Amino acid sequence: MIGFDWLMLAEVSFAGLGSGGLYALAGLAFVLIYKATRVVNLAIGEMLMMGAYFFFAATSSMGWPIWIGIIAAVIGSGILGAVIERLLIRPMLGEAPISVFMITVGLSSILVGTVELIWGADQLRLPDFMPSDTVLIGEAMVSPKIFYGFLAAVALIACVLLVFRFWRGGVALRATASDQAAAYSMGIDVPRVFSLTWVVAAMVAAIGGIIVGSISSLSPTMGVFGLSVLVVVIVGGLDSVPGALVGGLLVGLVESWTGTYFGGEFKLLATFSLLVLILMVRPYGLFGTHEIERL
Amino acid sequence: MPGPTANPILEIDGVTLAFGGVTALNGVSFEVAPGTITSVIGPNGAGKTSLFNTISGFYHPGAGHIRFRGDEITRLAAPLRAKLGLARTFQNIALFRGMTVLDNIKLGRHCHLHSGVLDALLYYGRARREEMRLRADIEERIIDFLEIDHIRNAPVAALSYGLQKRVEMARALAMQPQVLMLDEPVAGMNREETEDMARFILDVREEWGVTILMVEHDMGMVMDISDHVVVLNFGEVIAEGAPADVQADPEVIRAYLGSGNVAELRHRLRQAREAA
Repeated sequence: MIGFDWLMLAEVSFAGLGSGGLYALAGLAFVLIYKATRVVNLAIGEMLMMGAYFFFAATSSMGWPIWIGIIAAVIGSGILGAVIERLLIRPMLGEAPISVFMITVGLSSILVGTVELIWGADQLRLPDFMPSDTVLIGEAMVSPKIFYGFLAAVALIACVLLVFRFWRGGVALRATASDQAAAYSMGIDVPRVFSLTWVVAAMVAAIGGIIVGSISSLSPTMGVFGLSVLVVVIVGGLDSVPGALVGGLLVGLVESWTGTYFGGEFKLLATFSLLVLILMVRPYGLFGTHEIERL
Repeated sequence: MPGPTANPILEIDGVTLAFGGVTALNGVSFEVAPGTITSVIGPNGAGKTSLFNTISGFYHPGAGHIRFRGDEITRLAAPLRAKLGLARTFQNIALFRGMTVLDNIKLGRHCHLHSGVLDALLYYGRARREEMRLRADIEERIIDFLEIDHIRNAPVAALSYGLQKRVEMARALAMQPQVLMLDEPVAGMNREETEDMARFILDVREEWGVTILMVEHDMGMVMDISDHVVVLNFGEVIAEGAPADVQADPEVIRAYLGSGNVAELRHRLRQAREAA
């Protein structure tokens, strides 16, 4: 290949890793819920969207400062997560997984509908709060929003992992994921673990939503992002946190490369081909196992 | 039949449990005296495991009371009962797969730790470290006592059935219970494993002063090590008392064999006694 533009490849790759970080973040939220409660949460994209709209409401409508807006959006999403768990998920305890799955499908429609009722179906812009100077990595230029979004995602992922590694709630989560009855009989408050995971996952998703929303724009169709997240977690193996992280970066890269070199319409084709390929080689995803893994 | 004990550690008083139209337990009453080994026996489907699940707080009875050291615990959630000192094992082993033996046992002390991030930050003083050390000592004693030192770092999924049962018991002991509930501790074990387990159960009572309540089908073992036997059939207590009394009870013989075949049961029981 003569005159291949390596600089461009680097820039495209950085952009891919950037959006991959956000996939990883959303994937983490998904895996937390799946690990603890065995619920396949199809509404993960809509939970991201809700976080972004909460942020919009706090900053643009209420006129609160950015940082307060972020905190308000995170808290609002946490409450939403708790309400979803209490009203929709807990009554379904012990029901067939497919029923719970369908509940989350319905939930995503309800969330989209609610957003359209309150804020309308038009695209909205989130206030700019990230530095706008172009970032240079070596000679490669990276969009500042993607760069700082990636940093924020990495920092948040690290925080969540550390908290669950060293805080006793993480132990309770692992035990619950492994055997609910045993955990319950050993003094672990399983319903509280359930509700806690939904709260934490909703909060993580909210931050993801704020970043995604400020990189592109805000609209009720933002939840489509969740479709890619689903690919990410299946590639990684549903119950594996490292899987979600690696899967996120991988899908981000593949999307960015195909988008640039083949055209945007090939993005979905490429990610789903990746999914099919990986499932053919490793039916439980990259890191997923029959056994529950350590968080 | 011995009269009611002065201070039972566990009282089951008229407990009734129904699933829809099916009555699993019907007015079940008995008492567990502290420091004893009490066994619940009965044919399959008699309600033994339902009774266990009710005592440990998985099911809540429609009527009746459960008292632990005189305190009403009928409505208490399972985790709180664990904190009070009720530990149990499961009929189908319920270990945390994917974790090691030691991790499983360590989780036994979970119920005694204070929860909350704030607690952990504020309360990491010397007293707490001391408490942790004490508990680690107890874990070592349990591992030693149950002879599972050689597998302490093995993942539980890789262990034989008999060893898994033993690890489950170790985990329950790590909760430092006052009452240890064993759901079929020797089911599916060979003679040698059964004898080992019977010895462990007796030693747990002697060395740790733990009261034992167990469900078991192995009549030889039940009659051998129990102080008190409760017989359930169709969700009702049909007999209770010392092993010898229960063995001779015609109602019990009928429940196990249907009518008429008394000689055969007597023979089997005698055999079991001789073998054990």
